[in-house]
Amino acid sequence: MQHGKYRFIVGFLVAPLALYAIFVIWPFIQSIYYSFTDWTGLSPDFKMVGFDNYTRLLHDDIFWKSLQHSVIFVVLLPLVTLSLALFFAFMLNVGGRRRKGAAVAGVRGSGFYKIAYFFPQVLSVTIVALLFRFIYNPSGGLLNSALDAIGLGSFQPQWLGDPTWALWAVMAVLVWSTVGFFVVLFSAGMASIPKDFYEAALLDGASRITTFFKITLPLLWDTIQSGWVYMGILALGAEAFSAVNIMTVGPGGPDYSTTVLPLYVYQSAFRDANAAYATTIGVALLIVTLLFAAIVMRLGRRDRLEY
Amino acid sequence: MKTTDTPPPADPKTDAAGRIPGQRVGEQDAPDSGKSISGSTLNVFSHGVLIIWAIMVVLPLLWAVMTSFKDDNSILSTPWALPDKLHFENWSRAWSSAHMSEYFLNTIIVVGFSLVGTLVLGSMAAYVLARFEFPGNRFIYFLFVGGMSFPIMLALVPLFYVMNNMQLLNTIPGLILAYIAYSLPFTVFFLTSFFRTLPSSIAEAAFVDGASHTRTFFQIMLPMAKPGLISVGIFNFLGQWNQYMLPTVLFNGDKKVLAQGLVELATSQGYKGDYSGLFAGLVMAMLPILAAYIIFQRQVVQGLTAGALK
Repeated sequence: MQHGKYRFIVGFLVAPLALYAIFVIWPFIQSIYYSFTDWTGLSPDFKMVGFDNYTRLLHDDIFWKSLQHSVIFVVLLPLVTLSLALFFAFMLNVGGRRRKGAAVAGVRGSGFYKIAYFFPQVLSVTIVALLFRFIYNPSGGLLNSALDAIGLGSFQPQWLGDPTWALWAVMAVLVWSTVGFFVVLFSAGMASIPKDFYEAALLDGASRITTFFKITLPLLWDTIQSGWVYMGILALGAEAFSAVNIMTVGPGGPDYSTTVLPLYVYQSAFRDANAAYATTIGVALLIVTLLFAAIVMRLGRRDRLEY
Repeated sequence: MKTTDTPPPADPKTDAAGRIPGQRVGEQDAPDSGKSISGSTLNVFSHGVLIIWAIMVVLPLLWAVMTSFKDDNSILSTPWALPDKLHFENWSRAWSSAHMSEYFLNTIIVVGFSLVGTLVLGSMAAYVLARFEFPGNRFIYFLFVGGMSFPIMLALVPLFYVMNNMQLLNTIPGLILAYIAYSLPFTVFFLTSFFRTLPSSIAEAAFVDGASHTRTFFQIMLPMAKPGLISVGIFNFLGQWNQYMLPTVLFNGDKKVLAQGLVELATSQGYKGDYSGLFAGLVMAMLPILAAYIIFQRQVVQGLTAGALK
């Protein structure tokens, strides 16, 4: 297969690579370069300022706040989402009434549950965020009216308007919208684990909880790990930005209580006309993302189990 | 033992009381088969928990549909009550005067072209990277794949000015190009591993028979890759249809795509208090996707989960 091979390779690669280089790679490189300048974004003039932006970053309270929020997101969001999803998936796959001869059985109607749980996944984060803006609405919202109805009328926070609740309210929405995807993913993983494993373990007197930790979890580890990375990138990127930008006042408020790093990059660049500083925050975001990926890969490394 | 730190018991929904009985009885009766209390206890508990979450997922969606048929007053005063009558005028108002029709059209145009572009360019690059040895192959592959883990927001700041200089800012072609470019990392990653799994003997046979590389690709390999293209196509369709960040930064003129239009509607209508119109718009944007999901449920789930299972 030599004839015309290189011409073909170049011909097929040139368009995708050019597009990717111009719109993704080149801006990435530029943004690292811009972080060492005093460019505002408004005028074409700028000069190099060395590490000034980075020094400023270290003394910027809003940066530290948004970093803190992003770190909370990247740690807790995967933890809560994946734990809930594993729990539900386990219920779906082994919580069923036993049938003849089978050691474990899925619950009846597991197909229905999986379809329903997956709903939010196909909706955009925009729609989900807007919907929850109304659910959280302090007066006339679904949540507070429900609290009222069950006699908790005195406990009615302003959810998105209260600095102590706003961040958690946003996070709950992201959990709500992503759990279903992982339930389906983990269920598929669990379904492919041979039933004999459970049978043997149960015969040996292991409880179902033990089988979860000793059989299910280790065999699903690879899937969990890629889910962890995927969730982390969501929590540091577009999803967190969209949810915070759409749901919270300001956006990012009150009192910067929900500002996350990508939102702060956006606001510095396009609201405060401070493009160079925005790219500096962006570089910090890049470092956090890479650190996160490295940590998950390191913690998650273990022998691959074949079955 | 890292395993024991991560999993569910930490989760607030699991109360200890619910789990212990299931565990104890499970231990006792493990050896014998047939009906037993263990199954029942755990079963009731499972169903209880699963139903609660199902309600938590479905209820907000049903509530949105119901609310879109109510008038403004009852939306705020009695959020749980059924509509007094079906106010279809909310829907027509949202469709025409709140520009939902226009947002839909823009989104269809942008996503239509982006999706085709992503699949064509993505499969070309992936095919070459998967099946040909040449210097720099690995480097280009990692260049593409690396894009999956980078925070897009970092690149968007300079990209805004790049687009501005190229007169592509706030234009539909500009947005299409950006969608394609940012969809390439996952598309190339997914399709490269897919093309690797296809048998090479068929491609070689075609080539021996005198087909050019290009012809082999379009007539032999691409049709064989159809399942992979469908998976990655669904993934990209949902991603691009639901995109909010890219248009917010790069498409911020008079024209709007659906996601932006809805947010705009919520922000401006919020003051005027046209909640019913806004809910109608929200449901209008939600229903086609939900309907498509219910119909093509299997394909959608496969399309979205295929990448994560690799």
